Amino acid sequence: MFSRIFKYLPFFSDAEVPYTVAARPDTGLYNAKLGIWLFLASEVMLFGGLFSAYIFLRIGAEPGYWPSGLLNVPVGTANTAVLIASSVTVVLAWAALKMRQLAKYKFYMAITILCGVFFLAVKLSYEWPAKFNHFGVFVRQSAASKYDEFLGNKHLSETGQAPRWEISGHLLDAPKGSPYADQAHHNAEHFAHETHRHDAVTEADDDYVIQLDPVNADPDSKENDRPHFLPRPLSSKLAVIKAADVESASTFAPRHSTYFATYFLITGLHGLHVLGGILVFLYLWLPIKGGTKLYQSNPEHLANRVEIAGLFWHFVDLVWIFVFPIFYLL
Amino acid sequence: MATTASSTSGSHVAGTPHDAHHDAHHGGHDDHHHHELDFIQKWVFSTDHKVIGCQYAFCGLAFLFLGFLMMLVMRWQLANPGIPVPVVGNFLRGAFGPVVMTDAGALTASGYNVFGAMHGTIMVFFGIVPLAVAGFGNIVVPLQVGAPDMCYPKLNMASFWCFFTSGVLMMGSFFVPGSAAKSGWTAYPPLSGIADLPVDSSVWLNGQTVWLLAMVFNITGSLLGSINFISTIIQLRAPGLTWMRLPFFVWAQFVTAFLLVLAFPPLEAASFMQLTDRVFGTSFFMPTGLVVGQALGQSWSGGGSPILWQHLFWFLAHPEVYVLILPAIGIVAEVVANNTRKPLYGYKAMVYAIFLLGFLSFIVWAHHMYMTGMGAKVAAFFQITTIMISVPSVILLTALLLSLWGGSIRFNSPMLFATAFLPMFGIGGLTGIPLAFNAVDLFLHDTYYVIGHFHYVVAPGTIFGLFAGVYYWYPKITGRKLSEFLGRIHFWGSLITINGIFFPMFIQGMAGVHRRWYDGGVTYEQLAGPVLHWNKFMTVSAGLLALFQLPFIWNFFTSIWFGEKVGRNPWNSTTIEWDTPTPPPHGNFDKPVEVFRGPYEYSVPGAAADFIPQTQRP
Amino acid sequence: MSDHQAAHGAHQNSGGAVDHSHEAEHIAAHIGAYLKVGIGLLILTGVTVALSYVDFGSRANNIIVGMIVATFKASLVAAIFMHLKGEKMTIWKFLIFTCIFAAGLFFLTYLAHTDPVSGTSHSSHS
Repeated sequence: MFSRIFKYLPFFSDAEVPYTVAARPDTGLYNAKLGIWLFLASEVMLFGGLFSAYIFLRIGAEPGYWPSGLLNVPVGTANTAVLIASSVTVVLAWAALKMRQLAKYKFYMAITILCGVFFLAVKLSYEWPAKFNHFGVFVRQSAASKYDEFLGNKHLSETGQAPRWEISGHLLDAPKGSPYADQAHHNAEHFAHETHRHDAVTEADDDYVIQLDPVNADPDSKENDRPHFLPRPLSSKLAVIKAADVESASTFAPRHSTYFATYFLITGLHGLHVLGGILVFLYLWLPIKGGTKLYQSNPEHLANRVEIAGLFWHFVDLVWIFVFPIFYLL
Repeated sequence: MATTASSTSGSHVAGTPHDAHHDAHHGGHDDHHHHELDFIQKWVFSTDHKVIGCQYAFCGLAFLFLGFLMMLVMRWQLANPGIPVPVVGNFLRGAFGPVVMTDAGALTASGYNVFGAMHGTIMVFFGIVPLAVAGFGNIVVPLQVGAPDMCYPKLNMASFWCFFTSGVLMMGSFFVPGSAAKSGWTAYPPLSGIADLPVDSSVWLNGQTVWLLAMVFNITGSLLGSINFISTIIQLRAPGLTWMRLPFFVWAQFVTAFLLVLAFPPLEAASFMQLTDRVFGTSFFMPTGLVVGQALGQSWSGGGSPILWQHLFWFLAHPEVYVLILPAIGIVAEVVANNTRKPLYGYKAMVYAIFLLGFLSFIVWAHHMYMTGMGAKVAAFFQITTIMISVPSVILLTALLLSLWGGSIRFNSPMLFATAFLPMFGIGGLTGIPLAFNAVDLFLHDTYYVIGHFHYVVAPGTIFGLFAGVYYWYPKITGRKLSEFLGRIHFWGSLITINGIFFPMFIQGMAGVHRRWYDGGVTYEQLAGPVLHWNKFMTVSAGLLALFQLPFIWNFFTSIWFGEKVGRNPWNSTTIEWDTPTPPPHGNFDKPVEVFRGPYEYSVPGAAADFIPQTQRP
Repeated sequence: MSDHQAAHGAHQNSGGAVDHSHEAEHIAAHIGAYLKVGIGLLILTGVTVALSYVDFGSRANNIIVGMIVATFKASLVAAIFMHLKGEKMTIWKFLIFTCIFAAGLFFLTYLAHTDPVSGTSHSSHS
């Protein structure tokens, strides 16, 4: 059955195109090298479009509506280091192949693939899920004075800082009919188990109860004016917010704010690029026709393939070099 | 396929006695290599640039026809608001359902929006670009640069199947709950963000969401294709084919491909954003305090900007206008040089002009956005760049017009269309100049004047250029010419009726008739009254235009079998694509290609014939 | 494709076996540079993180400083790892245009945002 399907993959009907391995004399390039750079140029514009959206939305955000310090900086830094290390190993893998050292190539390529997998694993198993279980409520500006013990706007305006409109932490109780009711129920059970307190769930069915982040627990403290390097545990303090005073409420999911929308879209698209890179590297690493078996017949061809896959990988690294500071740090 | 290679025509000047040997040898080689190919491998999942080009061109023509039929229904509605569409009304009701058509078979208001949005989308992204860029580009560019195929044949096939998938999605979107996209081909949020939401089935299965998915596939296909064109032109030029010996069509495709590579990705990014706005409830384009959103049961956090979409959309869509027109100018340049039997006037100036045009087209986009509350400084910047871009456009048009001067012109079907292209594109271009000034644009914005301007550029402009290309290269692909007689009926009928549709639009537009009135302006009788009678005239013209396409369709299909047989070079042309067997076999050339001269050596004094092929040794 | 061209193509595609040993030496000499740049990038990552906790007077200043470091890191990756230093002119040409257009997209969008007709933008938060 498979042979019937593969029959229609037209791998043997290509016309013979010159310069697939050796460079064309007048341009000094082999075909794929030119192609990957053109592709990267289009990628520059793709991420350029996303970053210009970031700039546009950020400078357009009214004071207090562009959060900062919500991401885990040590984890992000570690991931950045892993990605940079993989960029080094992939260029070493290419150099090994150019020097016709197949064993070294396989070794460096294996490390590159592992680095990529580690990066994605951290993103998908730790960073993103943690966000989906964190909850934020934007309080209406007209009702904000009622909640100043959590927002600290008096302190912020006295010290000339941007106001704060959001109260965040773990959701323990949600208004009736909220899509977050299950999550709140789960968190409340956890909270009761940990603290042996049972005041998390209120009788009213029109309010949010939130176990506060340290920032909202003590908003007047100078400590909280700037984000911290190490993430701090939730306080045990609770806030009760009436649904009528809420402008929008959501987990730290894409719908939470334009900040998280751009964060998830850009890191998600970047993650897809990482995944694509891993798959291509795997293809070039395995002993198959297009991979290391090619070494026997045409080592230069394999080296070229590694070079262009590497160029793509460096670009993915390069994008992350910008993504990391603009979302995690600044 | 390769056996026809030996039928060289008598007019093939560059041919040498070695040709026959090469042909025979090539044929044998070809058969040995490809005898396993069955129908599907050869014509469906092919990596051959000519087959892919034909697939693209055929899909493009089909989509152009579909988009044209939608326009006919809309024009019926504009001239006869609320009156059932004759003949096909019931069929349309059955096909498109109650959202689009009333039970009696008349177009509904939201049906008008559906057809309007889909007419624009289909014509631009599924009709002209696939035909002009991917169709003609695939067929002609590798032949004109003397390459055996495109630079990356597999990528080329992937590009077509991306496009095909997007076409299936876009057509399929007519049949999802609530029918296809209704927010115009520009898909402006917040309207496009809330259209069709909430939905009965899911956030995925509705017109606007499917539109966005289709666009993502379409853009991906375009990107793969244009990377391929640039690489082919840079890497696979035949020996001796220096940059200034490239036929002008290749230059046009080269610049076009760069526009696509660099301008399309921001729209792909924007499509992703609008998709997440609709599917995951983000607020990229949703402003704060959007009350209608809350009322619909879908809530957005706000903080987004509808203007952001306009920036990202027009960053593509203005270069896209040049993507639509440049290949047509390239085709016209080829046809004009061939049929005036003299070199193009100012070839080098045209090359520099097209580069300048490509560069400037990236920094004019916000002239579509004068009405968005843009301040005077920024508006002035875009006004100046927009006026500047008319300079290279005029250089191109003037060079082509001057190329006619003093030529002994052969008015065959391709040349008729190419000649008509010049004044039609001229009208389209000149009527654009008032729109560049923001003071004037505030008055003309969104009126039929804009529609008239744009359609003069792309309908009697680009599409006439494309018809010229179809008549010109059809013999190379099929081995037979299209009928001249039917071609003339097609040409004269189309030229007269198409002006009957688009010229009154200027009159209506200057009187203030708005482009989105689905009843043709009857509701605004007081304002639009004196110019409303033109609606009937335009609709009759459109119907006649449809009739005059029938000779072309008949001609196109029957000539495959019954047209006049031709040899290698029926038009006595100089460029390399005519130096192949007709039709070109897999791998294209039956002898090594080497180029010795420029692209348009027609009527060289002292030469034996009135043309010297590029491959002829000095 | 004719024999002549096919043979030519096959020769081209066999890879530069002749000058290969020379090229290998050339690459071996670069490995030290790759490692150095890698370590430099790791250090600069630490610098980026540290600088973000230094108060440069305003958030905008911090962003500018952060972006300068990031741009420097990105240029290192592009120049050394991606071999843009010493890359062919063809590639440089279209990358320069890409950068111009990307900058245009950033800057003109920014400009359009900062120069609205007065009275057309206002807060909608209640």
